[in-house]
Amino acid sequence: MSRAVLLHVGVIALLFALQFVLSDYHHLTLTRVMILSVYAIGFNVLFGYTGLLSLGHALFFATGLYAAGLSATYWGFTAPTAFAAGIAAGLAVSLLIGAVALRTTGVAFMIVTLMFAQAGHLATLYFGDITRGDEGIVLPEASRKFAMLGATVDLADAGLRFNLALVLLAVTIGVSLLIVKRPIGRVLIAIRENEPRTLMLGFDSFRTKLFAVVVSGTISAAAGAATALAFGYVGSTFASIQYSIYPLLWTLLGGAATVLGPVLGTLVMFHLVDLASGYTTASLLVVGVVLVLLVLFFPKGILGTVRARWLPWLP
Amino acid sequence: MAAVTLLKTEGLRRRFGGLEAVGGVDFTLTAGEIRAVIGPNGAGKTTFVSLISGRVAPTAGTITFEGEDVTGLPEFKRVRRGIAYTFQITSVFPKLTVFDNAALAAQSALTGGAGFGHGATPAAIEARAMEALTRVDLASRREQAAGTLAYGHQRLLEVAMGLALDPKLLILDEPTQGLSDGEIEGFIALTRTIATHATVLLIEHNMKVVMDLADRITVLDHGKVLAEGTPAEIRANAAVQAAYLGGSA
Amino acid sequence: MTAAVLALMALGLSLVFGVMRVVNVAHGEFFMLGAVTAWAISHFVPGHPAVGFAAAFVGAPLVVGAVALGAERLVLRRLGHDPEATIVATIGLLFILQQLALTFFGPDARPVQAPFTYRVVFPWFGYSGYKLFVVAAAVALLVGAWFVLTRTKLGLVMRATQFDRETAQAFGIPVDTVYAAVFAVGAMLAAVAAVLIVPIQQAHYLMGLDPLLLSFIVVIIGGLGSLKGTMVAAVVIGLSDGVISVFFTPTLAKILGTLLVALVLVVKPGGLYGTAPR
Repeated sequence: MSRAVLLHVGVIALLFALQFVLSDYHHLTLTRVMILSVYAIGFNVLFGYTGLLSLGHALFFATGLYAAGLSATYWGFTAPTAFAAGIAAGLAVSLLIGAVALRTTGVAFMIVTLMFAQAGHLATLYFGDITRGDEGIVLPEASRKFAMLGATVDLADAGLRFNLALVLLAVTIGVSLLIVKRPIGRVLIAIRENEPRTLMLGFDSFRTKLFAVVVSGTISAAAGAATALAFGYVGSTFASIQYSIYPLLWTLLGGAATVLGPVLGTLVMFHLVDLASGYTTASLLVVGVVLVLLVLFFPKGILGTVRARWLPWLP
Repeated sequence: MAAVTLLKTEGLRRRFGGLEAVGGVDFTLTAGEIRAVIGPNGAGKTTFVSLISGRVAPTAGTITFEGEDVTGLPEFKRVRRGIAYTFQITSVFPKLTVFDNAALAAQSALTGGAGFGHGATPAAIEARAMEALTRVDLASRREQAAGTLAYGHQRLLEVAMGLALDPKLLILDEPTQGLSDGEIEGFIALTRTIATHATVLLIEHNMKVVMDLADRITVLDHGKVLAEGTPAEIRANAAVQAAYLGGSA
Repeated sequence: MTAAVLALMALGLSLVFGVMRVVNVAHGEFFMLGAVTAWAISHFVPGHPAVGFAAAFVGAPLVVGAVALGAERLVLRRLGHDPEATIVATIGLLFILQQLALTFFGPDARPVQAPFTYRVVFPWFGYSGYKLFVVAAAVALLVGAWFVLTRTKLGLVMRATQFDRETAQAFGIPVDTVYAAVFAVGAMLAAVAAVLIVPIQQAHYLMGLDPLLLSFIVVIIGGLGSLKGTMVAAVVIGLSDGVISVFFTPTLAKILGTLLVALVLVVKPGGLYGTAPR
């Protein structure tokens, strides 16, 4: 096993061990962080590795969230099926959005993704009869209970929820690592660094970028579906522009184009907001200030800097 | 080797605004030869090879490669068919390692540009990339970031990427520009070995390199073919001397 | 009515993009800041509402311009106006301005009194005199901006910088100063639009997002960076916005509009009016 794989296994083991020492409050926060880290990792596949800045990832996150939440509420899906529905919807939506949005490049791509996400957010409000808009829906308790290996699993149970979130995170880290280490990862980075040259090496960059959007969007949708099922609530806020910006912030903070950066960034940001909530109710102020400071003084993020200075092998 | 036509252009034109950079070029390339394209600055040489490689779309005319019309194909599909282009302005991936640069080309060739690595193990990609790097003598620098290489070495890496693609036609756009005399000698020897299994189309200003290497020479001037022939014929051509050689060589 | 004010706001965004090649996501917050400042000024200036309004009309754009100038100096310039970093930084700015407004201004919507309430009565319908004033003022400002950009040396300098940054620098144009000025003027246009609209629409800390998206729409339809296109598009969209909302609910109209514009950008990256970049 290479040291890179060892490191990631170690991080997952550490997270597993933490559940036995954390207070209830931190236990819950870490569950949330792990699920949202999955979202950030998905974002990072597109932004960090492929160099495409989407300002509309909330659309993918909310697709998973609503597909899982609504199917559980209206069609009586239980958690595993609802989760699968979230992933399937994410796959379909990201394929569609990717195929359209990737016809643009640069600034136009950012604006197009932003606008699609805005249309998605407005749609959750417009279909308020079904989604209940900003107020949202609390999922039926029955949908969060399901049978697995003969036992009944209840997602309202904090311990179970924690470990399922950890499994999802571990799988996502694995996928991310696999992509980066495989030849496809090299092509993604090549597109980020110099797309015309990549074309002149015989790569169909459009299809490769579409692949990145779909992987990124589907992982984001999985995180959205997990959020809905783990916490039993879906609402329009999750589709709003903030939720497109959060993964950008987490990724930048932890280090874009590093596998663990998004996880670290999510964790650190949660603590920053937690700290700041003692002083101000305007928690988004912290988000804004951190964003500006990051682009000004710390563009590589935490792990990006660590890699540049000390650990060049860090994936 | 029988004289098989590898590439043919008919009435190839490209207009930029009011300027016709390439004005109706009929051009035939025989498989296995080393062809040099020369001409004064602004003669349309780089535009001409850009049309062949697909970086620039023609205003009119057709391009046939191995008997098939490739005029409408995007550049990446032409690369997959075997037309490789090395850039005049060095355009390696500066932040990636020397190895990753060559490996990109190797995996493109091994997987038909699929990107996902189907049908190519990492070991096969590595072997092919290292073979190309060894041929240009850069194997020892494999872990260095390409952007930190000396200029001459970046040009060689560019050639190595062309080699790793294993093209049928390798287009070299001013490959010796900025190289030292010693490096140029090495480059001439390298090109000869490339030519044993690929056709080489060379844009070059250095007349010594052209005369040493080329089987035939095409002279472009004002976007049109002024003359074509063996090095001896071109050297003796009065029109060429007037337009070009008289001035600079 | 919306068309004229929208055009002012979109012109600001388009100017910044056209000259500096950066997208200012915080543009909507400059609009909000203009409205909030207008409320603050008119609130604290005693006397007839018209006096307060006049003070706000001068003061709010100046305050907003100063804030924008500060942001440009402290942040954007240090980023070398890199498009991606700038967009991220202006997103940060968006949250900062919005949350500061929430902290100091509060979550409530607050009205500014119109300077006059005279009603113009036509034989067939009555019309608020203030609304007519808004249209006239916006049109006058647009014509003024147009004149400055196309007929004066200042406009020439801006257009030269837009055309080619390096060459402009070589010809002795102080590009940094032009950028700072353009960014400030762009923000001030948004602030003026806000001051004009605030007697009709109340000031609120979240009011920036909708006009930002509308401005994006206008700027995209008009062709990124094309000032002429922006103005034409603003009028067309401002008018059609009213027409569309007759047939659909406002939310549905917004959804359709947003999708439509995204598709325009996909099909014609240069916008309907502009020439494709590069």
